Amino acid sequence: MLPLILEVLVKIIFMIILIMGFVVILIWAERKGSAFIQDRTGPNRASIGGIRLAGIVHPIADVFKLMFKEDVVPQQRHPFLYAFAPWLVMVVALSTYAVIPFGDYLQIGDKVYSLVIADIQVGMLYVLAISSLATYGVALGGWASNSKYTFLGSMRATAQMISYEITMGLALMGLFLVFGSLRLTDVVAGQGDLLWGWLPSWGVVVQPLGFLLFIAAVYAETNRTPFDMTERDSEIVAGYHTEYSSMKFALFFMAEYAHMVVAAALIATLYFGGYQIPWLPRPVLEQNGGALLTGLLIAGGIGSLALSTVFFGRARREKGWYNDAREREPGFHGVNMLIGGLLMLGALMLKPWTLSAGGASILTTLLQTGFFVAKLAFFAWLFIWVRWTVPSMRYDQVMNLGWKILLPLSLLNVAVTAVWLTVAHG
Amino acid sequence: MSFKGLPEVVTNRRQNFWESTYFVEIFKGLVVTGRHLVKNLFNTKDMPTIQYPEQKREYGPRFRGRHRLTQRDDGTPKCVACQMCSTVCPADCISIEAAEHPDPTIEKFPRTFDIDLLRCVYCGLCEEACPCDAIRMDTGIYEIAAYNREAFVVDKEFLLNNDKDGTR
Repeated sequence: MLPLILEVLVKIIFMIILIMGFVVILIWAERKGSAFIQDRTGPNRASIGGIRLAGIVHPIADVFKLMFKEDVVPQQRHPFLYAFAPWLVMVVALSTYAVIPFGDYLQIGDKVYSLVIADIQVGMLYVLAISSLATYGVALGGWASNSKYTFLGSMRATAQMISYEITMGLALMGLFLVFGSLRLTDVVAGQGDLLWGWLPSWGVVVQPLGFLLFIAAVYAETNRTPFDMTERDSEIVAGYHTEYSSMKFALFFMAEYAHMVVAAALIATLYFGGYQIPWLPRPVLEQNGGALLTGLLIAGGIGSLALSTVFFGRARREKGWYNDAREREPGFHGVNMLIGGLLMLGALMLKPWTLSAGGASILTTLLQTGFFVAKLAFFAWLFIWVRWTVPSMRYDQVMNLGWKILLPLSLLNVAVTAVWLTVAHG
Repeated sequence: MSFKGLPEVVTNRRQNFWESTYFVEIFKGLVVTGRHLVKNLFNTKDMPTIQYPEQKREYGPRFRGRHRLTQRDDGTPKCVACQMCSTVCPADCISIEAAEHPDPTIEKFPRTFDIDLLRCVYCGLCEEACPCDAIRMDTGIYEIAAYNREAFVVDKEFLLNNDKDGTR
């Protein structure tokens, strides 16, 4: 019993580190990415000893600022629900992740660990149920603040989430008809094959319309542009969290990004093969573990050394640019890259091409998890990219799109998929 | 809306099928924003942003900055305390107290000459009105900051020694 609890605890800690790390990076990417898209430079001032890391110190500084800020609360609030709502949103955002597999399995010695916190049979129903709970957090937060703007924001959020939840569920139904299981590990395992010998059988390939419907519904669920009615600044100030300040606001804010991470993880898991590496199934990777590790070390080492020369060149060029600690920055990165590159090339002395079968298995797992994280990062970035590209929609447009277009299309998708499966597979 | 005799300029072309599905158009938009992103990612130095404390915008020679009082050759102010500037000032920020000048050819001189920089609107009427070129706004100084309001009321000594390089 105890080892099981320990195992689950380790996975939970890994998951929380992953999500919270991504939240910090996403807040940074949102600010920096939007700046670059709009031809601005974005945050580049906060630094630790002159090391700015292209502005990634700013989210950390923001958190400290918010922690020490005064917590201004409306006097006529509902005291319990007002304090409860941000926690509910945050807990819901984090707990969705429990069923998403971030790897196949990890074999250390004879022990085999599955890389999913809770591999439950109703996996996807759990996700749908939990993500609907997020509506409660938003609705309660808006209502308990006792302000008209927050109330309007929470009303909009409720209406929007209810409308798009249906589309989301129906879009997923087509996917589960194809893969024949609600368990997310089965869905991912089903996406490892090749169609007609060359096309990875990802969800997006077998369910293209379903993918478009799902991604639209997910954008609505996470309240991101073009469906950001709940926090439309020009209409209702900041929507449901107008009356929140200090760390309570930070919780709402971080929960929004945690939701994005979870949504990106769902898109990657359901429609883009989760941890599966296309054209490179697990046995192939395991057999060539030694060669793979050697290749990775050589590529990584040479890449790091090349980057270090770039950074040293910048350090030389930018001398006297700022006349303060910030000039150390390129040199710092250069030294890091140099050390990393030398370590990777030095590891070649340990003969990585003679990797044992167990080591190859672990390496494969790490590679697959890395691939999953990379897919997750891309879809999380897509949220930001779309936000700074597409103008947001009006309330009636959102409702029209949800009920009159997406809902019939998702029904059509389910019907066509069912008929096709019946005809094709008897 | 159309007016008689004017050509119709608004043409509401119907969207074709792919435009009305949005997804293709959104993808085109993503390409546009992505192009900006990549361009700026690799040419950070070409961005129009001015990194303010390190870099400063070059203003024209007629830019109206903080005021200064010009001096005679012996270092006394050229000002004759005629009150033209404080009269014309729309913000009423100049207050001058006149006194008799020891030199009989000059009538008066300012005993005090205070400008409230917080009230000043930098319109430049004072230097237009001045009959003897005693007040100018050619210092080019626009970074005016202090910790309290009192510090913004600058006196004659400050204005006399108030130049970009601090020499005059």
